[in-house]
Amino acid sequence: MSEPVLRVHELVTSFPAGRGRAAAVDGVSFQLAEGEVLALVGESGCGKSVTALSLLRLVPKPGRIESGSIRIAGREVLTLHVSELRSVRGKEAAMIFQEPMTSLSPVLTVGAQVAEALRLHEPMSAAQARRRSVALFEQVRIPDPDARFDSFPHQLSGGLKQRVMIAMALALKPRLLVADEPTTALDVTIQAQILELLRDLQRELGTAILLITHDLGVVNELADRIAVMYAGRLVEEGTRVQVLGEARHPYTQGLLRAVPSLGRRGERLAEIPGVVPRPSERPPGCRFATRCPVRLPRCASDPPGDTPLAPGHVARCHVVAQELAR
Amino acid sequence: MLAYIVRRTAYGFVTLIGVLLLLFVLFFLYASPHEMARRAVGEKAPPEVLEQWIVNHGYDKPKVWNPEHPFDTLLVEHFRRALSFDFGRGDADGTPITQRLREGMGPSLALAVPSFVFGLLFSVALALFVAYFRETYIDRMGVIVCVLTMSISTLLYIIGGQFLIGKLLRWFPISGFDASPSVIVRFLMLPLVVSLASGVGGSVRFYRTVFIEEGGRDYVRTARAKGCGDLRVMTHHVLRNALIPILTRTVVVIPFLFTGSLLLESFFGIPGLGSLTVDAVQGNDFATLRALVFIGSLLFIGAQIATDVSYSLVDPRVRFE
Amino acid sequence: MSVEGHVLANAVIALLLAACAGLAVVIHRSELWRAAAVELWRRRPIALLVVAVYLVIAALDSISWVGGGEVGEGGDVLAMHQPRSLIDRLFPLDFDEKSYSAPLASVEFYGGDPLDHPGRHLLGTDILGRDVLHVMLDGTRIALLVGGFTSLLVIPLALLVGVSAGYFGKRIDDVAFFVMSVLMSIPDLLLLIALIMAMGRGPLQVCIAMGVTSWVGFCRIVRGETFKLRELDYVEAARALGVSDLKLIWRHILPNLMHLVVITFVLTFSGLVLSEAILSYLGIGIDGSWGQMIDQARDELARDPIIWWNLAAASAALFGLILAVNFVGDAVRDVLDPRTLRERQ
Repeated sequence: MSEPVLRVHELVTSFPAGRGRAAAVDGVSFQLAEGEVLALVGESGCGKSVTALSLLRLVPKPGRIESGSIRIAGREVLTLHVSELRSVRGKEAAMIFQEPMTSLSPVLTVGAQVAEALRLHEPMSAAQARRRSVALFEQVRIPDPDARFDSFPHQLSGGLKQRVMIAMALALKPRLLVADEPTTALDVTIQAQILELLRDLQRELGTAILLITHDLGVVNELADRIAVMYAGRLVEEGTRVQVLGEARHPYTQGLLRAVPSLGRRGERLAEIPGVVPRPSERPPGCRFATRCPVRLPRCASDPPGDTPLAPGHVARCHVVAQELAR
Repeated sequence: MLAYIVRRTAYGFVTLIGVLLLLFVLFFLYASPHEMARRAVGEKAPPEVLEQWIVNHGYDKPKVWNPEHPFDTLLVEHFRRALSFDFGRGDADGTPITQRLREGMGPSLALAVPSFVFGLLFSVALALFVAYFRETYIDRMGVIVCVLTMSISTLLYIIGGQFLIGKLLRWFPISGFDASPSVIVRFLMLPLVVSLASGVGGSVRFYRTVFIEEGGRDYVRTARAKGCGDLRVMTHHVLRNALIPILTRTVVVIPFLFTGSLLLESFFGIPGLGSLTVDAVQGNDFATLRALVFIGSLLFIGAQIATDVSYSLVDPRVRFE
Repeated sequence: MSVEGHVLANAVIALLLAACAGLAVVIHRSELWRAAAVELWRRRPIALLVVAVYLVIAALDSISWVGGGEVGEGGDVLAMHQPRSLIDRLFPLDFDEKSYSAPLASVEFYGGDPLDHPGRHLLGTDILGRDVLHVMLDGTRIALLVGGFTSLLVIPLALLVGVSAGYFGKRIDDVAFFVMSVLMSIPDLLLLIALIMAMGRGPLQVCIAMGVTSWVGFCRIVRGETFKLRELDYVEAARALGVSDLKLIWRHILPNLMHLVVITFVLTFSGLVLSEAILSYLGIGIDGSWGQMIDQARDELARDPIIWWNLAAASAALFGLILAVNFVGDAVRDVLDPRTLRERQ
């Protein structure tokens, strides 16, 4: 089997909290194979965005990557010199963000910004860059691409802006695309279009995608595998079928139950009681212990280890481990 | 766009009329010509001398309404003079005002324009430098130095500059002016340096805040994610976007050019409009002062309109108004 | 100060102190403002203390009465019947020399004649023989008068016009905005000069002129903020419920403007004091101010050997106050920033 496109091992990223620092990402490990789509799922504040930003060392100060290893296409990102990092960003791995409204510079045309991405990594004339950018616009299904090249961001809708972002990210055919909640800020109908676009492009280019989202509907559309994150740690990981159909971790089960379904009318919406603990208030053991409906006494003090459930399916839970032992 | 410029200019003109009205109220209604005569000639002068002064200076007309010749009033005279740029003669020594204004423009601009341009370039560069090193010692020291330099009065900069550089070090002449191209720089150097020193603190602090704010924006993150290096991010993304708040501030700074010119010209013996103002104050020359306020306002309004228009050049969101 | 004027000044100070006490009570009662005050103290204790020292000196210098003090032989009997403030009384009645003397010197600067009070002039004497330290301390009152009194005049007026324009809009706003535009289009210093030339030179006229020039800045901010506040949901809701305009303004708009007023006040303060210094240079400032001391210094520096103590004292005093106020102003702005206000709630 070939080297995974992305290999993250025990990543820890911290932020200041009170007097000291708290780990927003606390020992997260996962892998992404060539052409695979991994969805990183969790509530707001669980650390998934910070994980994504850490991959390209884009964590804003005063945040800081404390330890761990991130290998993209075989290269260790955390020890790269700044100039080498620049050649990875945009070329080997690219990123698209949640807020298309503010992610583009308002004073430059969208075409100029895409062309910039190209010319940063490959020598080409302005005319060539323009041609390639327009071709990219076509690829991401922007209507009237040649005219759109000279548009300013404020003249485009959210959906069009996001397409521009995708064009910019995929311009140099990166092997890894990190998509941080790419559809959250868009209208539902536009969401569907963007997801369809991402799926088609992914098949066409064979790009591996790390998809960050809190929306399980989005996950179902795109993901090959799913990793569930809670309070800075991964709690369950598996294929789409395994996690969505045979979830074992109480948190995952709670998440799935909370999705309202059209079929069940008149029922009370299920919810997970309590709130995500703040980084300074995390219990020493399993982080979900405070809200878990089936917690054991040891859950509060003992961090659970990996419990393999099936090939490729892992959960981190004492209760699951116990059930399996029987 | 054109419609906007026209509208803006029209309002500027109306404002200018307002300024003239204010000047009229201040210098003809509130402080009557009688009062002016008394100040010019002396408190104890006999009434005939005062009357003579008033007649000599053309202030013997009715102020607002003249039943015989409706347009022969001080009010009309005041407006006519201003709008036709024929300001008559100074109250103090009778020299033709318009001529003095014209003569003073050159030296004033020779100081004010380089002051403004170099000040802007220098402050922006310094602010970029400090903002790049945000949260480090350089940044913190920079901010403290800015507040320190901001707290020193311009007067002290001038006195200090004259003393230190002119007297002690003798690098440049303390004062004086010679418009011939070969020598002019020598005389402008010291006032220019002083002007830069006194203005740099406040500007750098403001620009630094702007750069730091822009640097934290999402589009900068996108640029970095594309592979832009720090330098390119600063010059191509942050700077271009920061121009908008920077432009806003230039309007605020322009009045300080006037203040600065007043002090600098008077201290350094440069025969510009600022010196003229100082002379007018010390000589109780109301006519010249009125003309100077009018010209000052005219220039200021012009500068405001120019800045408004330039927004549309810098910010594409404004272009289509 | 005229012989009766000091009684008025005493009364004003008493009133101001009472007002300060009242303000302190109000701040203490409101949790928001108390927290802000505590935070301010935490951030900039030194600068606050420095400002407090200046305030105390100015207050002490404003309380004066006639009487007391002894006069030596051949002394100035007239001086005994002038009102003297608490600061004045720190110095002996007949403290003046003939002319310049260096700090702590025993002899005159020119000529070398022995002084009347050798070694007791900590900062030397000026051209009229006055003790420089005394003049410097007197200047404190003027500086705070210029900065503080003017702002106190300006704030209520700016609030009145600004809120009316912002809240009632249309005609009132058109007129207010026009007046503001006219005043804004004349460079500040020119406007100051024009006003003082027209009104005559004197401390009251200077304060009024400064009030006119600084009023516009305040008013514009108040007007802009009132526009924003008027559109807020809860204000609209209150209006829909039939709450009267006056009540709305008093309960919803004014309290939310206060933080801006405080910030603007502190930030404008230094500008006003510095402007007065420039006016003194032009000869139209207030007598006895630091600006006037600096103005005299120009001539003094040109002499050889130079006379530096007058300039040094005034510069240090001016710089100290402005620097402290700038630091406090920055902290006030950070503390009262609506974003941080909300977080602390």
